[in-house]
Amino acid sequence: MAFISSGYNPDKPMEDRITDIGPRKYDEFYPSVIAKNKGKWSHHEILEAGVIVHVAESGDEVYTVRVGGCRLMTTTHLEEICQIADKHCDGHVRFTTRNNVEFMVDSKDKVEPLKNDLASRIFSGGSQKFPIGGTGAGITNIVHTQGWIHCHTPATDASGTVKATMDEVFEDFQSMRLPAKLRISMACCLNMCGAVHCSDIAILGYHRKPPMLDHEYLDKICEIPLAIKACPTAAIRPAKTKLADGTEVKTVAVKNERCMFCGNCYTMCPSMPLADTEGDGIVLMAGGKVSNRISHPKFSKVVVAFIPNDMPRWPSMTDAIKKMINAYSNGANKYERLGDWAERIGWEKFFEVCELDFSHHLIDDFRQQAYMSWRQSTQFKF
Amino acid sequence: MAKHKTPLLDQLESGPWPSFVSDLKHQAEVRAKNEEGIEFQIPQDCVEDLLGVLELSYKHGRTHWKHGGIVGVFGYGGGVIGRYCDQPALFPGVEHFHTMRVSQPAGKYYTTEYLRNIMKLWDLRGSGVTNMHGSTGDIILLGTTTPQLEEIFYELTHNLNQDLGGSGSNLRTPADCLGSSRCEYACYDSQALCHFLTNEYQDELHRPAFPYKFKFKFDACPNGCVASIARSDMSFIGTWKDDIQIDQDAVNKYVENDSAYPSNAGAHKNRDWGPFDIQKEVINLCPTGCMSFENKQLTIDNANCTRCMHCINTMPRALKPGKEKGCSILCGAKAPILDGAQMGSLLVPFVEVNPDNDYQAITEVIENIWDWWMEEGNNRERLGELIMRQGFQRLLEVTGIKAAPQHVQYPRTNPYIFWKEEEVPGGWERDVEEYRKHHLR
Repeated sequence: MAFISSGYNPDKPMEDRITDIGPRKYDEFYPSVIAKNKGKWSHHEILEAGVIVHVAESGDEVYTVRVGGCRLMTTTHLEEICQIADKHCDGHVRFTTRNNVEFMVDSKDKVEPLKNDLASRIFSGGSQKFPIGGTGAGITNIVHTQGWIHCHTPATDASGTVKATMDEVFEDFQSMRLPAKLRISMACCLNMCGAVHCSDIAILGYHRKPPMLDHEYLDKICEIPLAIKACPTAAIRPAKTKLADGTEVKTVAVKNERCMFCGNCYTMCPSMPLADTEGDGIVLMAGGKVSNRISHPKFSKVVVAFIPNDMPRWPSMTDAIKKMINAYSNGANKYERLGDWAERIGWEKFFEVCELDFSHHLIDDFRQQAYMSWRQSTQFKF
Repeated sequence: MAKHKTPLLDQLESGPWPSFVSDLKHQAEVRAKNEEGIEFQIPQDCVEDLLGVLELSYKHGRTHWKHGGIVGVFGYGGGVIGRYCDQPALFPGVEHFHTMRVSQPAGKYYTTEYLRNIMKLWDLRGSGVTNMHGSTGDIILLGTTTPQLEEIFYELTHNLNQDLGGSGSNLRTPADCLGSSRCEYACYDSQALCHFLTNEYQDELHRPAFPYKFKFKFDACPNGCVASIARSDMSFIGTWKDDIQIDQDAVNKYVENDSAYPSNAGAHKNRDWGPFDIQKEVINLCPTGCMSFENKQLTIDNANCTRCMHCINTMPRALKPGKEKGCSILCGAKAPILDGAQMGSLLVPFVEVNPDNDYQAITEVIENIWDWWMEEGNNRERLGELIMRQGFQRLLEVTGIKAAPQHVQYPRTNPYIFWKEEEVPGGWERDVEEYRKHHLR
């Protein structure tokens, strides 16, 4: 393959350079019905799972068909999205924060042909390319992180755990039978570039072994003081060690019993890898939310301390998730989010009805905030 | 014929949810056939190798990507994340496989023309694999080689009028909800504010000068669809100050279970919850108990409303947010690294969102906070952690905002107040000898 120049001249990088121009302006991309009625919407209705109509004060309507999308998406798939948008939506399409794709049309008669077209498209392996759903009191798409496809710190895969989970809860993606919306999020390590800590159910990759020390390279590759400072529990100290050939090198020592496996040292120093086949796996958290509706936003709580990585479909993980969803669906009142329900019945009952084991790992011992989660009352349920 | 056998990944092709494995395999085939005759600038079989290395991770239970290297485009300190495979001999197509972040348009609306231009560039100069979108909000282009970085940047800026996004210790690409473009709940134009601040702070976005990452997110109402309260250092959440607007006729349509007025805009349609009951579903669930419904009249004691959105969400044709709209600003949200997770804490209860003066009331708060954080923040200390370390009172001081009961859930439960000398009459300098005249040793 021959190198094709864009016009960039590496000898004169500043020549004709354009910088700091930011993103394209949003309103260049509005469908005309959106541009016309922005700021003048009257109300909306979810007609069926995945299909929403918004009605403007002018009487104009926009029908949105929402489909699940993989965050990891190729240009081949995007081209198909473009073909659908050209055919039905005048060349416009929108993505949501939760990796869904929204196709909008400006009249009701255009909805059925669009839906039929979307539903007819199937991957060669049998999965749907554009499943319609993800609205209202159901389960929408899982926001997630990069995982083993492209990141250096994950303790599990992201796209795979999401695919396995969405297959298991698919019925609730295409239905609105739950007491309230239920948001599942996935982060493949504690860095949580997906910030899953306020989700109804959070899937989190976690390491359980302290870093290995690559003594021979550590001082050459890493700034030792930065690695030491990176540790939130002050478990790392400077050290010297003798290599097999007798050379003495500067390195670090780790007090293993103080390690909480956050991987922050590895972020600062590549000579301290944590990844391990048996050590790594999944933490499940539950009961968080970000909406201010009825109750305050709240953090998710750790409800399963560890599930081993069980590729390719993580059955123990999806099993635990399904147990929670079923117990919630059966027990919660209309409008009650999973965390509100758990607080109403009490977390002791939550573990009982979800058939999840409680272990000492689930009692907080991280700094002073831990105290806030212990029970300072004689009110509890047997 | 696939280059690598992927028996584990193949099991992720079945089931109803879209399979990323099928998509990648399809992409690998399209590149192999190359019917469009593209002169690929990175290895043609890179997607085959991507599947291969992912399969190896499924076998090992460990990632095979190395720590990022320092790569980027000239003059920028962010927007590109170096990525190298730790098994380059087995998977040469992804030996160098860097990520580029492309700043997404606010609201994530697109034309197919724009998307096709991005795709054409990415098929030529990269793997054709993307994230639509990354967690922060950018379009992520996943997988190219170092020599292509400047070429891609040149084409983006010269041909597509499009810049890169943020990474590293700088302002990350701001992200928003769709706001007033298609939502009747919006209390301000989140796209306009997001776009304005993104452009206003391009320098902070491209050239790392901060202690650590910094995120803005914009939710146009308290429903919080982009989760700004959980995942942004500064969260701008739409709200209003005056009375909820009530259409009493429409309220009664809901009460009468008129089919044109489905409660919750139809969000609970697939289970029979019985007929809509305004007392049970709205009045009794109001967190402040500030509503009543008598003689076909809905009354709201607005002075006691905390604007949780429940009644509005439940009867969207009857109730609307008030007319005096603006936003609240909350600060310090972050994921658990390092000192535990934080949600945004309320700093500004209400501020006008005024494009006519370039959102001056908002940029003033932002810049005061940045001045403080850049001066006092430790390396890799998020704003929330600095607030914890130096105290919320310090945040009020640096922003010149007067303390108010709205800032707390409840007042402090310990009396360890760090009184300042000037707050105590007579100051702290005293004469112990004078004291001892009246208090023997």
